[in-house]
Amino acid sequence: MQSVEYLERVSKRIKRDIIQLCSANTGHPGGALGAAELFAELYFSRLRHSPENPDWEDRDRFILSNGHICLALYSSLARSGYFDLEELATFRKINSRLQGHPSREDLPGVETASGPLGQGLSIANGMAMAQKLRKSDVKVYCLVGDGEIQEGQIWEAMMTSAHHKLDNLALIINWNNIQIDGLVKDVMNIEPIDEKFKAFGWNVISINGHNLEEIKDAFDQFENNVGSPTVIIAKTILGKGISYMEHKAVWHGKAPSEEEALQALNEIGECGYADDLVLK
Amino acid sequence: MTIKRAGRDGFGRAMVELGTENEKVVALCADLAESVKVHYFAQKYPERYFQIGIAEQDMIGTAAGLALSGYIPFATTYAVFAAQRANEQIRLAVCYNNSNVKIAVSHAGLTTGEDGATHQALEDIASMRVMPNMTVLVPADAWEAYEATKAAAAYEGPVYLRLGRTPVPELTKGVGEFKIGKARKMKEGKDITLIATGIMVERAMQAREILSESGVDAEVINMHTIKPIDERAILESVKKTGCVVTAEEHSIIGGLGSAVSEVISEYFPVPLIRIGTKDTFGESGPPEELLNKYGLTTEKIVEAAQRVIQRKKNIAMSIN
Repeated sequence: MQSVEYLERVSKRIKRDIIQLCSANTGHPGGALGAAELFAELYFSRLRHSPENPDWEDRDRFILSNGHICLALYSSLARSGYFDLEELATFRKINSRLQGHPSREDLPGVETASGPLGQGLSIANGMAMAQKLRKSDVKVYCLVGDGEIQEGQIWEAMMTSAHHKLDNLALIINWNNIQIDGLVKDVMNIEPIDEKFKAFGWNVISINGHNLEEIKDAFDQFENNVGSPTVIIAKTILGKGISYMEHKAVWHGKAPSEEEALQALNEIGECGYADDLVLK
Repeated sequence: MTIKRAGRDGFGRAMVELGTENEKVVALCADLAESVKVHYFAQKYPERYFQIGIAEQDMIGTAAGLALSGYIPFATTYAVFAAQRANEQIRLAVCYNNSNVKIAVSHAGLTTGEDGATHQALEDIASMRVMPNMTVLVPADAWEAYEATKAAAAYEGPVYLRLGRTPVPELTKGVGEFKIGKARKMKEGKDITLIATGIMVERAMQAREILSESGVDAEVINMHTIKPIDERAILESVKKTGCVVTAEEHSIIGGLGSAVSEVISEYFPVPLIRIGTKDTFGESGPPEELLNKYGLTTEKIVEAAQRVIQRKKNIAMSIN
């Protein structure tokens, strides 16, 4: 387990990557920025994984269901050493392994393709079942967006996780209350989401998704929970840390201009890690 | 009298054997275990059987998760609910991931019978065939379904296995070995090629008998693999016979007929007639009556054969 101070700096590094990659190309910065602390905890402290051997049988699985925030995933994978950092610059360009939405067949470390919303939890369930079958203690983590929960398949999968008692599975909701057409509660209200998950038989934990202590505690609670799947409802702010982006739906899928990117990098601040440093 | 068995029965038997032969084989079902004949597997290997309930989209995703973790999952339901309801899940989780999922479906086509149009998949071959990475198998009888199930388990990659509900006589046992992508020549002939798939193979064989009475020597090809289609078998046959009739329990749009006409149009154009449903839904009724009403009969194959042979002759005359 890594210290909060270390993971703070890693989060900043991920945020800087997101801005740099997105401004040079296109992409979805808002949700990715809001999930930076979650990615820092997962890839740089929590997951048992082996970037040199991405197919290692006993690795923990991370499923990014809301594939559009893959900027955070790509930064985490590259900074972990799954592929060369220079390759990040190819994001969304032709002949790149860093597709606009993740492609498992192309990029090492990507556990499944995603982008079409609502599919990740079912795939994570299958992976969790597989680990139960082979009697391993591998954990499966799945990240979804809050708007994504409007997809019917999520509710099918929620039943499956609980029915098959997949206590080796944690679902994390990136709860920023924003989707493309506006506020989640205005587009199609999904609240009270904690009570809905409880009613479906889940172990429910609510946290501030930017507080690394709370994130760590939530994952610890998940690891100690027996008999039911765990959902971590992580309240986050879309575009967190960049004044002109925070809470604004327009930054779901829009890249900042060069000027805006400079301002964003200033506001995030230095992380102490060079642009070309693999963190591991 | 010939014993009749349904494709799904051959599948059920193969699954029970696979359970013992390969501990990586697992099965999922969406509340239709007995209908799809996966219940034998479920009884024998309960720890490797996952009931998902009436949630086909979730079942496909779950199967993909199991496949991406090293298992060989067979996801079972009716054809409509897999190929159509869970179409986008098959596209992303199975095909784009190239995950080793086998989608085994029964109740394909009109012979689903009294349940009616809602349950009679006549579009599934088309929607599965178009998916990159997907292999599409349509066995002709219970024996071939048994072989296809075994072959699907041994093959690495997504497979769509289309099984019939209604018992049909066994024709394929002893006719060469089953190999994915390699058509089975049921009978040699020189005047016309009859290419059939699924239960229509039986009717093509009957049509051959009737045609022979009028001196027409028909070759019968059982195209159990719609994708990848056996181009060599098609071209070798039509180069010899010069005309084709295709027959399938599926729409003539996008299925076997389309696949065969794509091959011959590109490499060796000859007259072709497609037997299948004509851009229409089915309806309730006994299987045999439905096949008659929608023109999926031995007689229609014979008629089509006579017409297509006439076209071949007309072309030959116009060239001369």
